[in-house]
Amino acid sequence: MSTPFYVSPQQAMADRAEYARKGIARGRSVVALQYADGVVFVAENPSRALHKVSEIYDRIAFAAVGKYNEFENLRIGGVRYADLRGYTYDREDVTARGLANTYAQTLGAIFSSAAEKPYEVELLVAEVGATAEDDQIYRLPHDGSIVDEHGSVAVGGNADQISTYLDQHHRDGMSLGEALKLAVESLSRDNNGGERTLTPEQLEVAVLDRKRPQQRKFKRVPSSQLSRLLASEGSSVGATEAGSAEEPESGTSGAETGSERSEGSEE
Amino acid sequence: MDFLSEHSPELLPGNRPLPPVQGAIEAPHGTTIVAATFPGGVVLAGDRRATMGNVIAQRDIEKVFPADEYSAVGIAGTAGLAVEMVKLFQLELEHFEKVEGAQLSLEGKANRLSTMIRSNLGMAMQGLAVVPLFAGFDVDREKGRIFSYDVTGGRSEETGYAATGSGSVFARSALKKLFRDDFSENEAATAVVQALYDAADDDSATGGPDLGRRIYPIVTVITDEGFKRLTSDEVSEIARAVHERRLEQPDGPRAALL
Repeated sequence: MSTPFYVSPQQAMADRAEYARKGIARGRSVVALQYADGVVFVAENPSRALHKVSEIYDRIAFAAVGKYNEFENLRIGGVRYADLRGYTYDREDVTARGLANTYAQTLGAIFSSAAEKPYEVELLVAEVGATAEDDQIYRLPHDGSIVDEHGSVAVGGNADQISTYLDQHHRDGMSLGEALKLAVESLSRDNNGGERTLTPEQLEVAVLDRKRPQQRKFKRVPSSQLSRLLASEGSSVGATEAGSAEEPESGTSGAETGSERSEGSEE
Repeated sequence: MDFLSEHSPELLPGNRPLPPVQGAIEAPHGTTIVAATFPGGVVLAGDRRATMGNVIAQRDIEKVFPADEYSAVGIAGTAGLAVEMVKLFQLELEHFEKVEGAQLSLEGKANRLSTMIRSNLGMAMQGLAVVPLFAGFDVDREKGRIFSYDVTGGRSEETGYAATGSGSVFARSALKKLFRDDFSENEAATAVVQALYDAADDDSATGGPDLGRRIYPIVTVITDEGFKRLTSDEVSEIARAVHERRLEQPDGPRAALL
C-alpha cells in the first residue's frame, strides 16, 4: 500500500484552479454588452441547438462557457430556482443578484470539495432594469467568486484580450447595431493580434430587451436578422427592427440532442 | 411539477389535507366562459361576475388568462383554487419551454391541465370544483382548438364552440344558433359576447355587460401571431353594439326556422 504524500492546501487549490482555467480557456468566448435598450449577448457557437446563452426568467438571462454538460446542469438549476421563487412569492422577487448568489454557492462548494473535480465553467448572469442604470451583469468564475460588471464583459477563450478591447471601445447608450458590431469585432480578434472573419451563422446572439412588450424580455436574434443588423452601419433602425420581429424560440431548438457537445464549441 | 412535488410538495394544490367539514364551503365562484373557433384562430371569453351563494362577490373578476404564447384558460368554479391552478399551469408551461428549449404541443398542454383538475377531485367532492375551458392555436395543425373538461379531469375536444360554468347551458344554446364556421375574428368575438349576454339573461350568477360601470366581458383572441386580449375599448364597442340591437330585439338575433 502506498502512502499518500503530503500536498499543501495552497498547492491543491492552485492545481484545481489551473485545471479549471485550462478547461475554460479551450472554449470560444461569450461577450455581454449593455446597449441603449438592454443587454446583448454574443457567443461564437456553430451549433443551432446547443445554446450558450439562454433565458432564465422575465428579465434574467444566462450565458456560459466551458463544458456543456456542466453549465447545462447549472442552467436548469437556475431555471428551477427562478420559477420556484416566482411561483412562491411574485415574479418581481426573482433577481439576478439572488440567482448569482446561488450559483456562487454551488460553484464554490464544488470547487473546494476534494471529492469532486472543479467545474470547468464560467458564467454570466444579467438582468435588465427599467433604465440602463438598473441593469446588472454578474460574472461568476469557476471558483465561486462573483464579479459585478458594468458596460461590457467577456468570458472564455482569450477573455482578457477581448475585454480590454471592449473596455476601450464600449460606451453607454450604443444602439443594438453598434453594440453587435463591437461584439463581433472583439470576438474576431485572434490571440496573436490577427483577425478572423465571423459569419452570422457562426454566432449565437440573444438580447434582453427592456422595450419588449411581453413580460419575458429575452429574445434570440436569428442569423438573418443578425446579418441585417450588422449591415445597418449601427444606425438606430436596428433597434426597432429587433423589437418588432417577435419569434418564439421553439423553431430552431426543437432538435436538442443533449448528450453530445457541439463540435467546435469547446474544443 | 415533478420538481415541485419533490422539493416543495406543500405548494401543490393536490397535496393539501382536506378540511374536515361537511357540506359546501362559501367561497367565491366564477361563472360563465365561452369559446368559439374561426378560420385562423380561436376566441375565448368570460363574464366578470363572481358569486358567493346569492351574493355577488365581485363585479370585475378576471377569469380568462393566457397560459402561454399560444393558449389561454378560462376558469369556472371556485375562484381561489382556479386562479392557483392557472398560475401553476402557466408556470409549468413556461418551465418546460425554458428547460427543453421547445414548447409543449397543444395536446400535451391539454393533457397536463387534465391531470391538474383530477388532482383537485377531493376538493371538488366537497363542492370546491374547478372546471376550466382551454383554448389554443395549434401551431402544427395551424388551427384554433378548444378543450373542455369535467370535474374528474375528463377531457374532450370540442368542435366549433364550447362553454363552461353555471350559465354554460344558455351560452351554448345561443352559440349553437349563432355559430358559423366562416366567422371572421370580429364576428367570432361578437358571437361570444352575444352568448354571454344570453347567459346573463337567464342565469343569475352570470354578469352581463355593465354599461354603467364600464365593465365588459374579457375577450381574448389566439391566432398564429399568439395570444391577444382585446382592449376594453374594443370590447366596449362590441358590447355596446350588441346592447343597442337588444333594445329593439331583447332576445337577440333570430335564426331562420328552416
